[in-house]
Amino acid sequence: MTSAGGRSGPNLHNQPSKVLAVEGLRKVYGDTVAVDTVSFTVQRNEIVGLLGPNGAGKTTTINMILSVLEPTSGTIHIEGLDLAKHRQQALERTNFAAVYAPLPGNLTVAQNLRIFGMIYGVKHLSDRIEAMLETFELKKYRDTRCGVLSSGEQTRVCLAKAVINQPTLLLLDEPTASLDPATARDIRNLIRQIAAQGTGGVLWTSHNMYEVQEVCDRVLFMSHGKILLQGDPKSLPQEYGKENLEELFISIAHEKLAMGSADGR
Amino acid sequence: MNLTRTAAVFLRHFYLVRGSVARVLPLFVWVTVDMTLWGFMSRYLNKVAAPGYNFVPALLGAVLLWDFFIRVMQGVTTAFFEDVWSRNFLNIFATPLSISEYLGGLVLSSIGTSSVGLMVMLVLSTTVFGLSFFTYGVLLLPFLLVLFLFGIALGILGTSVVLRYGPAAEWFVWPIPALISPFAGVFYPLSTLPAWMRSISSVLPPSYVFESIRTILAGGSVPLEGLYRAVALAVLDVLLACAVFRWTYRYAVRTGLIARYSAESV
Repeated sequence: MTSAGGRSGPNLHNQPSKVLAVEGLRKVYGDTVAVDTVSFTVQRNEIVGLLGPNGAGKTTTINMILSVLEPTSGTIHIEGLDLAKHRQQALERTNFAAVYAPLPGNLTVAQNLRIFGMIYGVKHLSDRIEAMLETFELKKYRDTRCGVLSSGEQTRVCLAKAVINQPTLLLLDEPTASLDPATARDIRNLIRQIAAQGTGGVLWTSHNMYEVQEVCDRVLFMSHGKILLQGDPKSLPQEYGKENLEELFISIAHEKLAMGSADGR
Repeated sequence: MNLTRTAAVFLRHFYLVRGSVARVLPLFVWVTVDMTLWGFMSRYLNKVAAPGYNFVPALLGAVLLWDFFIRVMQGVTTAFFEDVWSRNFLNIFATPLSISEYLGGLVLSSIGTSSVGLMVMLVLSTTVFGLSFFTYGVLLLPFLLVLFLFGIALGILGTSVVLRYGPAAEWFVWPIPALISPFAGVFYPLSTLPAWMRSISSVLPPSYVFESIRTILAGGSVPLEGLYRAVALAVLDVLLACAVFRWTYRYAVRTGLIARYSAESV
């Protein structure tokens, strides 16, 4: 385990193994520091969990990586492409699903997939749509408007859209929130399969510590806009004398850990 | 500029219109009502006014052209509002879609919907009320071009207002044509207006179109420099509107407005 701020070297984004390299990312609204000089990476075939209490700055960080929010300072490189200078090329390699960004409910599943497939420049789009409908068990809903689908079905459509361009960087902001445990497990399995088959990396936010422990290779703990510590979700709790990830999370949320120490402890 | 992405924005709107009676009917209903109302009004005026002056091309023709401008403007804004109403901003703006590709898609959508309205108006006005566009001659094409460009410009400007001030600001956008119409001289010569209103008219491209129509109907020749000025003003308005949208978009990205359209960011 290393301290969050000290991982990134100056040439980090040039290394092909890193699909995402965030360096010194900061977002300030007036007097409020939403994200405070955050640095981290996501490697190829790695699922990284971004954890933290509400208001920690997770979604703000994801919004900056998605280029819908301009950082006050810092850089974001996606597969070595500077997002500020090569927005289009970088976002062609990226996609996302978020619980607060459902696809338009007045379009059918197939129509939504076609439109976003065209926007992301997907080749052989009709075949790819068929593959997505098959993978996410959406064939029978092909011509159903997304707005009338259940939460679980809508989540599957969002995930189908999120991987339609086979993104190098997949951002998932609480993808299983509001799903029942069985559906959430199915969705987790699907995402794990996709991550294992592809060549990209996944940045995943969740408040479900069981889910994070099960799915993520590495976790980053965020609080008050800073990454306080990071490491393997299976061994991290013991390193900090906690029984499980949830206890560690609660302890960080209450700021019982020292913030910003040299090695993250 | 990637035309496939622009086509995707258009396709989105096409799917929405095709699948919804509530979206198809307004393409026909309002222009039909307007043509019927002003068609009979023109006929009535032809009966009671002094003989020799035909109100059909003067009044019904002007209403048709003005309606065309409104349909073009609302074609752009409605296509944009579809993203607002379906809370689709995050999905759309987190993609590789550029501003020019997005605006291009809105303009294509507007061309599609306004063409339907124009066709309906042309059929009704010519078959039912005997409006002949040969009266305007070849100048009809630049007239339509000026009104189309100005409609696009105001449509893009309207979307910028909503992007900047939020979904509720759409109520600033709907009345824009009504606010402009007194200055555009759709129904009366600009000489009717006081000087301060005429100075506003002089920077509005449609005012040249409607003045030119009246000049043609009075048997005069349309000064070409006025027409060139109208085209130049309309092109300038489109460029300015695009610049305003680009500036507003950057402001929205800097301040988190786009992210907050769909999510709580902080």
